[in-house]
Amino acid sequence: MSTITTDASRDCRNVGCPMNMVYTKVELAKLSPGQVLEVILDDGPPINNVPKSVVLEGHAILEKSRCDDGTWRILIRCGKK
Amino acid sequence: MVKKMIDFTEEQLERYSRHILLADVGVEGQIRLSSARVLIIGAGGLGAPVALYLAAAGVGTIGIVDNDIVEVSNLQRQVCHFHNNIGKAKVESAREKMKAINPDITVIPLEKYLVADNIREIIRDYDFVVEGSDNFPTKFLVNDACVMESIPFSIGGILRFDGQAMTIVPGESACYRCAFRNPPPPDAVPSCSEAGVLGAIAGMLGTIQAAETLKFITGAGSLLTDTLLSFDAKNMDFHKVRLQRQDDCAICGKEPSIRTLVDYEQTTCGI
Repeated sequence: MSTITTDASRDCRNVGCPMNMVYTKVELAKLSPGQVLEVILDDGPPINNVPKSVVLEGHAILEKSRCDDGTWRILIRCGKK
Repeated sequence: MVKKMIDFTEEQLERYSRHILLADVGVEGQIRLSSARVLIIGAGGLGAPVALYLAAAGVGTIGIVDNDIVEVSNLQRQVCHFHNNIGKAKVESAREKMKAINPDITVIPLEKYLVADNIREIIRDYDFVVEGSDNFPTKFLVNDACVMESIPFSIGGILRFDGQAMTIVPGESACYRCAFRNPPPPDAVPSCSEAGVLGAIAGMLGTIQAAETLKFITGAGSLLTDTLLSFDAKNMDFHKVRLQRQDDCAICGKEPSIRTLVDYEQTTCGI
């Protein structure tokens, strides 16, 4: 487990594309640049797509780790507004 | 910014998900749309697609002005009116469809003619105006009133297979009068037999105006300011003509000669 402090979290397990990205954007919109958002994503298309899209929108992926239940935990540093 | 954010419901997040996913719109853009007030002038060929798309987009408050009732000859292109609406006020018919698409928005039907005496008071309540009337006197009246009130607007027109649109930000970009000066003389306006229009042209031009409205509100992209977009759908040719503000424009020039609004004589068949 990382030592990075998170400012918000969103559980997107069982949420398909693209609504998982919509929820991620909603959470990021509530944060200030530099704050960190934790998102839990399903394996497959969600973990393949959401981090790429997040980066395209100017945010940074700080960490991507597999959870015990097969899902993924990503930490996003909120970028530009 | 965050703390004041409108809390969208789960259903609204799904409804607007394709906007929110756009980098140029996002959550902030959708919030702006929800807070926006837009007035549509004319519930006809242009106003119909504008009304439907702005409602679908979640523009929070939409006024729509028209004094006509639905006639069977409208149905070939005015797609917000249905056969069973014949005889109904167009603004009511439009409101029903807009609310059916999106019950979250507020629609203000204004069943009246826009004239020099009432237009300024009416448009003052709105952030953006979409002019989709079927006649030059109204287009010039709307132009002059929006310039006087400093309200940005889109102006559009269609005839036969052709369409034209421009977006005006008063004080910043060329207005309709900078491009066209005065309403055309009556003998220059097409006669009834020349005044047909291909139904889908109304959708093409109306959706351009709807897109301009959404771009203005969200700040996405660049507008059709200082630009006249025209198309000839017979050959699917699109052209942009660059425009400039005219220092001697009668309404937005350095020394405007128009100080009060006037109603020009109606000269066209209704398109």
